[in-house]
Parts: sequence; structure tokens; C-alpha cells
Amino acid sequence: MKFIKLTHLLVLALALTVAGSGCKKGPQKTTPLPSGYAGKVPSEPGSGDPLGSSGKTDGSGVESGKLPGDPTAQGKPGHDGWAENAETFKANTVHFAFDSSVLRSSDASNVRSVADHLKSNSAQAVRVEGHCDERGTEEYNRSLGERRALAIREELIKLGISGDRVDTISYGKDRPADSGHSDAAHEKNRRGEFILLSPPAA
Amino acid sequence: MKKNPLLLTIACVSTIFSTSLHGQITITQETAPGGAKPVLVNLSGISGEAAQVIQFDLYVQGFAFTNADAAQYLISGSNNGNLQARVSDRFNKSTVVAKAYSGASLRRQAHVFVDDFVQAIGRKGIAQTKIAFKGKTGKGSEIFLADFDGFSAVGVTKDGNLVAAPSMISGELAMYYVSYKLNHADIFYQNLTSGSRKIFARYGGSNLSPAVSPDGRKVAMILSKDGWAELYVCDADGSDLVRLTKSKEDESSPCWSPDGKWICFATKQSNQRRTLCKIPSSGGSPQPISTGGVPSPTEPDWSPDGKWIAFTAQFGKSFQIYVVPAAGGAGTSLVEGEDPSWAPNSRTLAFARRNGGSGDYVLSLLDVPTKQYKDVSRLSGSNSQSQPSWAR
Repeated sequence: MKFIKLTHLLVLALALTVAGSGCKKGPQKTTPLPSGYAGKVPSEPGSGDPLGSSGKTDGSGVESGKLPGDPTAQGKPGHDGWAENAETFKANTVHFAFDSSVLRSSDASNVRSVADHLKSNSAQAVRVEGHCDERGTEEYNRSLGERRALAIREELIKLGISGDRVDTISYGKDRPADSGHSDAAHEKNRRGEFILLSPPAA
Repeated sequence: MKKNPLLLTIACVSTIFSTSLHGQITITQETAPGGAKPVLVNLSGISGEAAQVIQFDLYVQGFAFTNADAAQYLISGSNNGNLQARVSDRFNKSTVVAKAYSGASLRRQAHVFVDDFVQAIGRKGIAQTKIAFKGKTGKGSEIFLADFDGFSAVGVTKDGNLVAAPSMISGELAMYYVSYKLNHADIFYQNLTSGSRKIFARYGGSNLSPAVSPDGRKVAMILSKDGWAELYVCDADGSDLVRLTKSKEDESSPCWSPDGKWICFATKQSNQRRTLCKIPSSGGSPQPISTGGVPSPTEPDWSPDGKWIAFTAQFGKSFQIYVVPAAGGAGTSLVEGEDPSWAPNSRTLAFARRNGGSGDYVLSLLDVPTKQYKDVSRLSGSNSQSQPSWAR
């Protein structure tokens, strides 16, 4: 505390020795200002895909060489334009403990049902959606949701489903199943959901 | 044993007088974050919106308003149509700023004036900077860009879907962000001047958390295309993709050191405890950054002067903004909030504050040295604004 007061004294002492410098009276030069920024919102999408791709980062042509012990890669986003059905596997939603992406044994049968369906319907695929409750920050949750989806995907692959039939996506905490704030709501939100994908009609 | 204060005074004063013969000395005080007192100012003669701007802009840079006889800086002037403003330094008996402004709006003139003032006393100005953020709109969310005080927000996207994690490119009106518009978590690049955009990363799995390097040449991001949520880096045109981490744990929210040599990110140690790590941006082994026992650090941001890493810590259901020295060490708690983003002045942070128990956020600005903070102007038509990215 004394040191702080001392500093003020020193500033004053210094000020007295340099008083009077740069002292001009009256308003000085006029400063013209730039006009405001007018951002442009990208135009509404038409019937085609208006978004150009850089061509290098859409996954096409990317080698996904597998190293021993590596989980199966996902290559490029598959199943664009496939029909989606969120009802088929609604009862198979998997749930997770807080801050965890470990599949619980109680959910083993849920995942197995999905695998069985895919084995019987070889043309179909599935997207696993990972979700989190609100008790986490946004990007941490986005990554955790993806880890949950990946854990489910690994299990499906172990059960014999080819990796190119299983897509993952994470919504972080953006799409709660229950918008409440209780522990019960949180539990419902920490989940992995299955969306059945069917090839577009030819 | 107490030092004799009188002797100390004599010693210091004699030092002052001797060095003043050789030129100015700068008295700086390295204070711990949150340990500084605000610089006291007084405002008179200026009213209405111009006064509001001056008060807000200075408060979030560590100034506080008080009586004229207690203030160091006296701000006076008028705002009939245009702003005329003068700042005098009561301690040093000098005029710091004396200007008349014209053009644009009164609001913008006031921002320029604040910049003129803080720059005249040796600080970096932030009053004309912008912040990108995510705003909830109806069922989805869009990216917005606004003045740093929340005014004049413009929509960057209008996709009616979900977005996340804007990352402004330094010195440009351009950014990267995540959009779910194509039914997938993809990273886009968008030029705000032309409005044109392109897909930047659309690998299989999810493409998350883009972070552009300070020199704009590289982008770090979290990709799950190889089966785990890992940290990758590539050139700004998308080429030369390199995988930096190889761990079963999910990495998240990368940020860059100001010299571009390191990427700091959140991950978990093998014992499942969350930690911050840094890794050479050209590849190498990740090194944990100690936060002095502060739990669950996430969403780091490295200050532009290289000295501090701000991050979010989680205590049960509560989130706190912390800073830690960039080399690691004891973390300092600053304010309840999440997802900090440094201003170019390395002292003001934008962050998101949970608005009651609703799960919605408001954006707020914190002055780290004084812990003063104030919410920015809210976006009309949106009940939640979060994930700020300060345009540096």
C-alpha cells in the first residue's frame, strides 16, 4: 500500500519537472471518419449448390491410410441427399454419463439392434448424432458430442458394420432432447441418436 | 523489519530527479490480473449518446468515472451535432487531446475520440474494433459481426441452420466458422466484403473449431475424419493438412500463440483430468500447461502480447474466466463467464455470460487488470449471443 502512494508521489514529482510541455489551447484539427462497414450477407441459395469448394478439402482424393490400431477413418462425407428417417431407431438412443463418451453395457443391446438392422438392409446406412447437456462450454461440448458419436461408431464397426456405412456428427449442446435445466433433463440430453439413411430413389 | 519509508522516499525521489535529466522515465507497474486500480477520469459537457459511448469504452479499458477533484484526466467538450472534446491531465497539468470531429455518426466520432485519448497515453486503442459472434435466432443460429460494444450488428450468415465458432482473420474482414447448412458440421471461409464464401473443410465426420493463425496463413481445427477428434493444421487454402495429435481423448478449441509457433488447446490427460496443452504448430509433442490446479480448463485464447492465456474453468455448474501466464502457473479467477477472446490491447476480454438459468448467453467485456466488466448491447431478435471472436 505504501509503495502505491509513493508511486503517486513520484509521478507528481516527475510531472513538476516536465510541466508545460505540449500545452495548446483550443480545438485542433478536424478528423474525418470512415463511413460505417456494410457487411454483405451471402445470397440465398438457389437450386444448385452456390458454395464453391476449394477443391482440396472436401475429402475427395484424400488418402485415408490406416495405421495399425487406428480406428476406421471416415473418408469424405457420404450419403449426401439420402433420405433420412429419425423414427426407426428412436428407441435405440444411447445415453452417457457426465463428461464421458464411454458406452455403457446397458446400451449394448440398443447398438446391436441398429447393427442387426443394417446387416439385414445392406443398402442402408446410419448417421450417429452426438449430443451433450448444457453443463459444458460450447466447443468442448462439440468435441465431446463427436467423441460420443465416434464411440458408438466404433461399436457398430466391431459388430461387423463397414465404417463407410456409419457417419458421425456432433451438435454439442445445440439440440437438446429436453430443454429443461434439471438433472433429469441433462441426462436425456447426453445422448447418441441414430438416423437411418436410405439411398435416394433412382 | 520495516524499511524506513522516509529513506525510501528520498532514495526514490533522488533517482527520479537524476533520471529526469536524461529524459522521460516510464513508471510501469506489473500488477497481477485483477489487482489494478482503474485510472480515474471525469466527464463534463458531453451528453447523450456520445457520453454513453465514452463511458462504456473507457470502463472496459480500465478507467472509472469520478469527481473532477479526484480524477487524473478531465474530459470536457460538447456534442451539438459534432463532437468536440478535450482531455486534460490534472496531475501533469497538460492537455492530452483537444480535437473537433466530423463525419460518420456522433457515435463513431466518440469511439475515435476514445481511441485518440488512450493512444495519447500510450495504450492501444480498441474503440473501432469489431467482434464476430454466434447469435441464436429462432430454432437455429447465425454468425454476426458487430462493433465491439455490440452496436451495428450485421448478419454474416442467413442459412436458417446452426453455426458455431467464428474465427476472424487478423486485419481482414474475413472469417472461418462452422455451419451445419449442408447437413454436416463443415468449416466455411467467408469474405465479408464481397459476401462470397466457400467450403473450407468438409471431411468425413465433423469439422470443428477453426482457428486462423495470427499471420492468416494457417488454420487449426478439430477433425474426426480419422476416427478420433484430433487437432489438425493446414494452409489457408486448405492444402498441406497435417495431423498434430494422436490421442484417444477428444481435443478441442485450438488457439494460436501470437508468434504462430504454438497451438494451445484443451484435452484430457490419461487420468481423465482435463488440461490445457500446447504443441508446436509445425508438429511435435504436446506439453501440458499448468493452471495451478484450476479444474476443467477449456476454450483457451492467447493474448496478443504473448503473456497470458485466458480460458474457461468449470466448477460444478459454474463457469469462470481465468487467466494464467502463458508458460503456465497459478490461474487467476476474473469473472463468471465462458469462452474468452482477447482484444488487440491484451487487457480487455470479450466473453459470454450465462443469463440466469436459461442456458442463453449475453456477451460482455472485461478489463483484466481491474476486473471491471460490462455487457455489450444485445442483438435484437436473438435471445442468446455467444462465442465471441475479437477481430485483431
